[in-house]
Amino acid sequence: MNLLRKYYYGDIPEDKTGAVPPASASGHDWPLWEVFIRSKNGLEHKHAGSLHAADAKMAIENARDVYTRRMEGISIWVVESKYITATNPEEAGELYEPAVDKIYRHPTFYELPDEVNHM
Amino acid sequence: MTQSYTNYILHLADNALILGQRNAEWCGHGPVLEQDIAITNISLDLIGQARSLYQYAAELKGNGATEDSLAFLRTEREFKNCLLAEQPNGDWAQTILRQFFVSTFQFYLYQSLLTHSDSTLAAIAEKSLKEVRYHLRWGSEWVIRLGDGTEESARRMNKAVSELWCYTGEFFVPADYETAAGSDPAGLKDAFYSKVREVFTQASLAVPENVFMHTGGKNGMHTEHLGFILSDLQYMQRAYPGCEW
Amino acid sequence: MPVVDPDQLFQDKIDNEIKIEPKDQMPDAYRKTNIRQISQHAHSEIVGMLPEGNWISRAPSLKRKAILLAKVQDEGGHGLYLYSAAETLGMSREEMINDLHSGKAKYSSIFNYPTLSWADIGAIGWLVDGAAIMNQVMLTRTSYGPYARAMVRICKEESFHQRQGFDALLVLSRGTKEQRDMCQDAINRWWWPALMMFGPRDTESTNSDQSMKWKIKRKSNDELRQNFIDMIAEQIKTLGMHLPDPDLKWNEERKHYDFGEINWDEFWQVVKGNGPCNKQRLDARRKAWEEGEWVREAAIEYAKKRLTS
Repeated sequence: MNLLRKYYYGDIPEDKTGAVPPASASGHDWPLWEVFIRSKNGLEHKHAGSLHAADAKMAIENARDVYTRRMEGISIWVVESKYITATNPEEAGELYEPAVDKIYRHPTFYELPDEVNHM
Repeated sequence: MTQSYTNYILHLADNALILGQRNAEWCGHGPVLEQDIAITNISLDLIGQARSLYQYAAELKGNGATEDSLAFLRTEREFKNCLLAEQPNGDWAQTILRQFFVSTFQFYLYQSLLTHSDSTLAAIAEKSLKEVRYHLRWGSEWVIRLGDGTEESARRMNKAVSELWCYTGEFFVPADYETAAGSDPAGLKDAFYSKVREVFTQASLAVPENVFMHTGGKNGMHTEHLGFILSDLQYMQRAYPGCEW
Repeated sequence: MPVVDPDQLFQDKIDNEIKIEPKDQMPDAYRKTNIRQISQHAHSEIVGMLPEGNWISRAPSLKRKAILLAKVQDEGGHGLYLYSAAETLGMSREEMINDLHSGKAKYSSIFNYPTLSWADIGAIGWLVDGAAIMNQVMLTRTSYGPYARAMVRICKEESFHQRQGFDALLVLSRGTKEQRDMCQDAINRWWWPALMMFGPRDTESTNSDQSMKWKIKRKSNDELRQNFIDMIAEQIKTLGMHLPDPDLKWNEERKHYDFGEINWDEFWQVVKGNGPCNKQRLDARRKAWEEGEWVREAAIEYAKKRLTS
């Protein structure tokens, strides 16, 4: 499987796709981080958005200031965007379509006698 | 309750309001969007603390006093905030250092107020302490980051230290109303300077020695800056007296 | 096997209401249009902090001060969400900001008007945010996924903005004569610029057709403008104020309000940079950015030291 390194959130430096490589910047632009927030115990962390921060501590605090101003969260994860490895949409066929015909993985595939309840 | 005790509450409220007003000047002008939002959060916390305290002071004072009459209709000589709170924002280094000093002091002060015999004040202190704990963390990290960042940031931090150090002593010289309220700011002095030394060491900043300390704010003798702050702050209430907003 | 035209495949997705995500194939023009529109939207939020920010230090009560501060801060947050959405298309925030500062990128012209009294804060919340919300609600269904998601978050937060504006004006409208005059004066000054926010008339808008086809936009400028006028013409009755348009009249046949001619000369002058505050706004943004340079640099240097030590 051809995994694609996500150097830049959404960046695929190829023609006709979402992104082009960022042009040269001053170098003082803080790196991008992805923010995941758990809104309450019992729920998973969910992608909330992204932000810029110089380091992890700052990213956590910025995430708190930016994404939980209205009590949206009780736990925050941050990860620098460049460490996210993502699949490429062009491989959607080989990656996801093989699951389509495996309907026996779903409970509705099985017809049980009416007298068997709650299975 | 006595006039003196009300003055003590007003002193705490003025500290929070004046620093909140100063920090709010950054809103829309911060060095980077994320920090613009961060300093505004701190400003909002401080204005919130000021409101709780003014509302309580108004209750003590009676006679139709409100949070707004206390904030908007007292003169320079009646304001009781420490001189440090009214100092100009300067650059980001100066703002950060001012915040760090005030938050450090507030941290120890509010902790000591948790056991105060006045349960209303203790409750306000408890709520505020949660916010201040975060301000202190944020401020300490920035002091370290700038002190130990680039040559320029270290130079600016050192300049901020030389500008503001002389206003830290006032915290620990009790005004009459503090003593009467059972508050002992002098007792917080060691904890304050030891926290400052700890953070300064990590930031590679030198701790100044033998600096003359300015005082007076607590008793209404301010620097010239306060008059300009109040002329902005109070403009509407002075120009259109007695209106609802 | 038949050759499939990627642009046709793309259009099929759009027609089937399938959202476009960052790494999907997309025509270059779609990417560019989105970058232009999203970054312009982000810049508008950031520049928009300035006119209202003027009044934070002078807000007439502590309650109003806290509300205004929170509101202006929200706009900073909205700018941040939008920059992040645009960044998924491969342009860094710094580049976008440089384009703003060089004058290459535009922002909403409404923010080139001055805030002259406290009532302007109410008028901005009610009229300017009100106009923006018409646009933003539409954009929660825009075809580019990250933009649509940012708009959902923004719309949730924005709902208090218009309410606080109307609420501030309502208090003025029930106040002293001076307060009522202040209120009417602010409405007079902000009404026409607010109508201009929807952009040129459909017959003259160059970007509209393709944007509609790609479902970046879903309603035309004139359609949104009419909805806005119909809404405000009713709401103003509660304030007991009037809109500064002698031609404003309910049209029973159209079931819409008729309205007078917008001064398009003024519109184009402000777009070209000749509004009352164009220069001040950009100068303020540039100054903040330049004076923040050493801060951003120091934080990066410190982070690097930490990693290597």
